[in-house]
Formats: sequence, structure tokens, C-alpha cells
Amino acid sequence: MSDAMRAETVQITGYQGDPIEAYLAQSLDGTPTGGVVVIHHMPGYDEAAKEITRRFAAYGYLAICPNLYFREAPGASPDDAAAAARAGGGVPDDRLVGDIDGAASYLRSFGSSNGKIATIGYCSGGRQSFLAACSLSIDAAVDCYGAFVVAPPPEGLPISVEPIVHLAKNLSCPLLGLFGAEDQYPSPDEVAVLEQALTDAGKEYEFHMYEGAGHAFFNTDRTSYRPEAARDGWQRIWEFFGRTLSTN
Amino acid sequence: MCTYQTTTLNVEGSGKGAEGWFPVSDATVYFDHPVHATADHTLNVDLINPSRGASARVALELDPSSARALAEAILRTLDTIPAGLR
Repeated sequence: MSDAMRAETVQITGYQGDPIEAYLAQSLDGTPTGGVVVIHHMPGYDEAAKEITRRFAAYGYLAICPNLYFREAPGASPDDAAAAARAGGGVPDDRLVGDIDGAASYLRSFGSSNGKIATIGYCSGGRQSFLAACSLSIDAAVDCYGAFVVAPPPEGLPISVEPIVHLAKNLSCPLLGLFGAEDQYPSPDEVAVLEQALTDAGKEYEFHMYEGAGHAFFNTDRTSYRPEAARDGWQRIWEFFGRTLSTN
Repeated sequence: MCTYQTTTLNVEGSGKGAEGWFPVSDATVYFDHPVHATADHTLNVDLINPSRGASARVALELDPSSARALAEAILRTLDTIPAGLR
């Protein structure tokens, strides 16, 4: 496999036909491959999100990260855009699903696509990855410590998200969940509720709960980074995508 | 963890952002992951003017004790203002 890669900002068609910005990274190997839609964390479409997107391309996948805050702040720096999105109550669920659908369609249009699509999201993106997988027909989904899947946000907060565990019955694909045992958003008890819902719905899932890790243990530029959990988590992701995005 | 705890309020005054001074119209206060500070969580304040775009923002990320000391200093200062100037 060649390790050549191309990464660039592109425009895709999102929810209700809106043009939105996205970061595309693709292996230039030429072999048909699966596509990965990276859903950025609440701090936004930032350097870390783009680095993760390139990482998937380095492993041979077509990868794209839509800028979910583009409408609020076109052209703004990621932190300003995240602040604007926060002040506005966050990303509405229906808009998120439309944007992920647009990103998936964009990837499927590539000659190097094998037609299979996964979503992966971190933090708020973890919930959104599960939401997308319950709303769209895709082939794999990864939820990295997504909060508010099971429990509602504390009262009085301006963010417009509701629990979505009841959607488990609609999950269209296998789900990989990676969580920290010391996390409170989501807490291990909430993860257990989600696991039970998936079992009750007869869905295929694989959850890993890392001791000594809290929220955002994948995030290498924060003190929350836990190398052992992150290293094992990445290995689980490669194995999971190797199984679910392959056409063999 | 992401706390998401956010308070929003209207304010009146000016702030100096990346492109110079601008009138601020709103403030958001929240305790969450910082962008630049090294702590896991910080008390964050954004002084913004949404009508001028997302970049019209003055941002602060303070550790909790610093944020409390600043808030107390602001209140102490305001308390010492002669009644005729308030």
C-alpha cells in the first residue's frame, strides 16, 4: 500500500442543500476503500479534528470532517466558531444528520470508494455518531465518550440536545463504544444503560471501558490524555473498521 | 468531561479583539475545556457581538481560583464607586 495522501478543504452539500466546508483526506493508493466521516468535538473543527481525519487517510481510508459550525461562523477561527455555536445553543440534531448524510454521499461519489461508510465522533460528536447511525443507513459507527445519549443535560443549559437512547432500535450498523471509567459525561452507569438498550434491540455492538481514563482520553494536547487507553482504543478502531468497512 | 454549563447575558461596553476595538453586546460564561489554557477545565468568558460575526470576541480562560479572585475584585471595585458615578 502506498502511503501517499492528499488533504484539503472542500465544499460539500449539507442539510437542506446548504453548502458547508469540510476537510477531506484521502489515500492516493487507488485501491477501493471505505469512507470515514469524522465528527468533531464541541471545541470545533480544529487542528485536532483535522489531524484525526488525516490519520484515517494514512491508514488507507477516505476521510472527511464536515465543519458543523460553518453556518454560524463561515471563515472564523475554530475557537470563535465554537463559541458562536455554543452561544446559539449548539447544533440541532436534524441539521447534524443532514450534514453527515451529505458528507457520506460526498465520499461515496469517489471512484476510490467501496461504498461503505462509517462515522466516528468524539465528545459531543460521540452522541452525534450514534445519532447518525440510528438515522442513516451506514456500515459502522464509533462513539467515543459521547454524553447525553442516555441522560439529559443538566437543567438550565442552553444546548438543545435530548436523550436518544430510544433510537437504539433503529441502529443501522455495528457500534464500537470507547469510554473512560472516570468520566461523568457519560458516566459508566449511563454507558451500561445504552449497552442494555442495544442488547434489548438485538444490535451488534462492542464496548470498552478504560480504567484510569476519563473524558477525552484520546486528546493528545490535553491533560486528559491517557496513552494506554488511547493506544488500545485506536487498535480497536482499526480492527473494527477492518471488519466493517471491508468488502471481503 | 464536558460540563456544557453556560450562562448568557446582555452587556454594554467595548472590548478589544483580534481586529481592534468593537462594541460588545453579549457575554457567555461557562466552565468547560479551554482552547489554550493547560488545565482540563477552566472558567471561560466570551465577550461577543454576534451582529459583527463570530470573530468579534474577547475570550478568557481562567483557572477557578483566578476567576473567583477576578470576580471578587470586580465587585470590590464596583462597591467603592461613589454613588454619583454608578
